[in-house]
Amino acid sequence: MTLMTKFLGASAALALGAGAAMAEPALIFDLGGKFDKSFNEAAFSGAQRWAEETGGEFREIELQSEAQREQALRRFAESGANPIVMTGFAFGDALGQVAADYPETDFVIIDMVVDEPNVRSVVFNEHEGSYLVGMMAAQASESGTVGFIGGMDIPLIRKFACGYAQGVKAIDPDAEVIANMTGTTPAAWNDPVKGSELTKAQIAQGADVIYAAAGGTGVGVLQTAADEGILSIGVDSNQNHLHPGKVLTSMLKRVDNAVYQAMSDGPGMEKGFNVMGVANEGVGVAMDDNNKDLVSAEMKASVDEAAAKIASGELKVHDYMSDDSCPDLSF
Amino acid sequence: MDYTTLIQLLDSTVRLATPLLLACLAGLFSERAGIFDIGLEGKMLIAAFFSAAVAALTGSVWLGLGAGILSSLSLSAIHGVASITFRGNQLISGVAINFLAAGMTVLIAQDWFKQGGRTPSLMGGARFETITLPWAEALAPVPIIGPLYADLISGHPILVYIAFACVPLTWWILFRTRFGLRLRAVGENPAAVDTAGVSVVGLRYAAVAICGVLCGLAGAYLSTALQAGFVKDMSAGRGFIALAALIFAKWRPWYALWATLLFGLFGALETRPDVIEALTSLKVQGQLLGALPYVMTVIILAGFVGKAIPPRAGGEPYVKER
Repeated sequence: MTLMTKFLGASAALALGAGAAMAEPALIFDLGGKFDKSFNEAAFSGAQRWAEETGGEFREIELQSEAQREQALRRFAESGANPIVMTGFAFGDALGQVAADYPETDFVIIDMVVDEPNVRSVVFNEHEGSYLVGMMAAQASESGTVGFIGGMDIPLIRKFACGYAQGVKAIDPDAEVIANMTGTTPAAWNDPVKGSELTKAQIAQGADVIYAAAGGTGVGVLQTAADEGILSIGVDSNQNHLHPGKVLTSMLKRVDNAVYQAMSDGPGMEKGFNVMGVANEGVGVAMDDNNKDLVSAEMKASVDEAAAKIASGELKVHDYMSDDSCPDLSF
Repeated sequence: MDYTTLIQLLDSTVRLATPLLLACLAGLFSERAGIFDIGLEGKMLIAAFFSAAVAALTGSVWLGLGAGILSSLSLSAIHGVASITFRGNQLISGVAINFLAAGMTVLIAQDWFKQGGRTPSLMGGARFETITLPWAEALAPVPIIGPLYADLISGHPILVYIAFACVPLTWWILFRTRFGLRLRAVGENPAAVDTAGVSVVGLRYAAVAICGVLCGLAGAYLSTALQAGFVKDMSAGRGFIALAALIFAKWRPWYALWATLLFGLFGALETRPDVIEALTSLKVQGQLLGALPYVMTVIILAGFVGKAIPPRAGGEPYVKER
């Protein structure tokens, strides 16, 4: 074990040792990896956009194991990187321990709240974006039954499902929402075969629009939906292009904007709680050439109206994580 | 539950059971010859990747299938060299194969396709199409038998039929041919086989190679028949469930068929909580069904239902006496 730790330490030190100029921003990817076509990749593209626009450089590391979290944070902080951006709720504990030791360094954590004076916590109102795609699903559905397929059964994914169900019911109170989770282990994020089976099962129950919030599993959902001739909804980044004309829309989570913003603000940024919702374009629906034939004018109008209402605070979408319950969907 | 739902459920069972069945038979050949193989998962994964990657590059699913089988065979060769020739620990070699496959697939995929460890979506001839058996259309309106034939038996990709045909074939090879007798003997008492002048090493390599081919079929089925492309770690533990099925089946081909169909049925039921609720009027958590294959395997291993006795020489490298 000690040998293992030494190896891990050595490899982390190697990875972090390269390039030690002062006050470069740093970005730490979660275990999903930099190119997950979704969450981490969005963070990477935000950082890249910042680098291209400013000519600056940033340092990055992809975690290989849980044990590296705190170590990576400390290494970056000690080498003078500032600000340090990390993606994923799993950094919460590690950052909580590390942040106080480096009061001069600014930290940005995405998808989690860490209450320290030098931490900016960025959270997304996924329920709001899911509400909007739920409205579109209900309008596109002819059978009055729509589906939701989640990845791993965690509160965050239930938050997606709950917002979606509320959006569906807002358009059609009699609509039925079938919600399934792929599993309870991290393998549930990468099981497209099971995603396909769940899709077929939901189609058998009458669903004709299915929203996938399931990482790699979603690839199977979108594929099967396209094969079987029903509509699907993508998540996190714009997935409309995967099956042009078969994907109704995608619920966008602009992690790239959050990372870009953090790097632009640089050291000395505003700390505290940063909510990215419909109001500040942190979440939204994807409209492009691939789905323009699927989205009718009234569909778009209703979504825009709801988005405006959510932004102004007139319409409140219930957040599953606020009380661990959902008015429109039972799990 | 009406008849249509039942057919849908069984259809889903067949789809989910097929990769398990192929992997289970793969494990059966290997373990019957005395080579434990927990690298089924890794072989399936690498075959899934290479069949999807080559199918994507060439547009031909058959070339993809060939590449998948070759890649799986090469991992089998590594396992063979490590555990037969160099008499290494078979479990450790298997674990290494799983890690190797998990890492290598994503690395190569990223290098070739730059899509985050994924292959592009396969279209047209790069995918196995479903086969409609003769008279399926004509029989479809017939009550009971019609849907059974048209929806359940017909309408699967060719790999499904191959997988099911492999069951009697495996039985015949193992229990009705000279090769099969020797293969089983080498897993029970390799010294006796050696004394009879038959090569233990040769037989074990043959078994490991058959295992590689079958795992290759299973992997290709995942990525080019069930799915239209490779996603990292897409085998999602099916190799381990197949091992559980193998123990459940007590290393016998026909039992392997029933065991994998049963595990497939659990998987299918997991996707239909509404059916379970309608049948039992209980709200059963799907996760419970997902865990059942493992629970049942533990029960079998503990000796509550019959006794699962592995091949006697399993896991032991053969050292010729001097």
